[in-house]
Amino acid sequence: MQDTKQKQYVTIKGTRDGLTLFIDDRCSFEDACRELQEKLSVNQAKKDEQEVPVTVKLGNRYLYDDQKENLERIITEKKQFAVQSFETNVILRDEALAMLEDTEIKVFNRIVRSGQVLEVKGDLLLIGDVNPGGKIVSTGNIYVMGSLHGIAHAGADGDHNAVIAASYMNPSQLRIADYISRSPDYESDGVYMECGLIDQEKDKIIIDRIQVLTHKRKSLSGFERRIING
Amino acid sequence: MGEAIVITSGKGGVGKTTTTANLGTALALMDKKVCLIDTDIGLRNLDVVMGLENRIVYDIVDVIQGRCKLKQALIKDKRFDYLSLLPAAQTSDKSAVTTEGMREIIKELKTEYDYIIIDCPAGIEQGYQNAVAGADKAIVVTTPEKSSVRDADRIIGLLEKEEIDPPTLVINRIRKHMMKNGDMLDIDEIVQILSIDLIGIVLDDDEVIKASNHGEPIAFQPNTKASIAYRNIARRILGESVPLQSLEDETGMFKKVKKFFGIRS
Repeated sequence: MQDTKQKQYVTIKGTRDGLTLFIDDRCSFEDACRELQEKLSVNQAKKDEQEVPVTVKLGNRYLYDDQKENLERIITEKKQFAVQSFETNVILRDEALAMLEDTEIKVFNRIVRSGQVLEVKGDLLLIGDVNPGGKIVSTGNIYVMGSLHGIAHAGADGDHNAVIAASYMNPSQLRIADYISRSPDYESDGVYMECGLIDQEKDKIIIDRIQVLTHKRKSLSGFERRIING
Repeated sequence: MGEAIVITSGKGGVGKTTTTANLGTALALMDKKVCLIDTDIGLRNLDVVMGLENRIVYDIVDVIQGRCKLKQALIKDKRFDYLSLLPAAQTSDKSAVTTEGMREIIKELKTEYDYIIIDCPAGIEQGYQNAVAGADKAIVVTTPEKSSVRDADRIIGLLEKEEIDPPTLVINRIRKHMMKNGDMLDIDEIVQILSIDLIGIVLDDDEVIKASNHGEPIAFQPNTKASIAYRNIARRILGESVPLQSLEDETGMFKKVKKFFGIRS
């Protein structure tokens, strides 16, 4: 019994931002919990103590939701601790695939005609036109290499940073997340190489030259954006 | 082995029936054996436009439900033998025809005729499904109006799902002066939106209405713009390359010379 205790499963370190709990990823979850409980019950918290934020580093260990709850209960039970985050190096394969799907660019080479709806997860690159009455929807950005006459809905799951870019922009409606803008009531010619995005100050969708994306949506091109957002 | 062509548009009143009657006539004038099929059950028109209404004994529903043989229901045109019509029923409704029934009829007709031209009803319901079922090719008819182009676009989208060749386009009822003033959609604009091959344009002509009221398709007349247009489309169906009609009115000396030599355009 003593031998196994020689190596510690749980290490606690204090940092500027509070405490960091390292939990060894080679022991069983039960062992780690037991040791953690012992460690934390050494001295009782004073009532007037300030709440300390705790970051839990799990290494290569995957925790199920109920295990997370369990761990959080143990940590917050005895002391004035608040779990800030769990950090782990591993995620489930399904989650990773879903994340990948959300961030991939889907390429379509077709015409979206009146009455047709093209719906994708992630970014959409359409090589072809969207005719009046046609609709394209994506959870990410939309790029149309062709004429956009119909409806385009980017960031359908609520991503306010999504943009819609088209070689020829003459849409009947642009939708980004929960914002909607429509074309004017008078006949208007479209514009070439423009994009639609949400302007935070004006609180509405604006249409501008594609070039403005370089400074208004800097993270557009990078895969990092996707990892961070994902 | 013949070829079945469906004439469709989505929207009503753009000239499907007129186009069917005239293309059929024009093809028959070029010595092709042609059979026209009216699939607009309950609202048949093609027989009236062809002037064959009084000869109908059996119709397509009778054939499908086995009350008569296919040959009995076919009506020979009164002007020449190369043209026949399979009329729609006036009393049944569209559910009386099935896609399998249509396929079988067309399969049987293909052995006899060079071209089977199917007049499709307006809309995209069962009637449309039936009309498209047995077709090898499709011609989409539209007018230079937004609503009709919109419906044509929808129909083309639906046709792309069928196992047929990419559809071709006929722009019907063009009014020269309106198109020139920009009050009507431009031909280029329509073709760009629909992005399918244009197989013909037909100018709006009072003669067309007059002729169809007499039960004589305009394609019989030698010299009107519309009849030439329909015959040009027929020639393009046969694989000839024929230039599009010009929208300009020729005036002056040149026209007189052309007329003298009997050159038409």
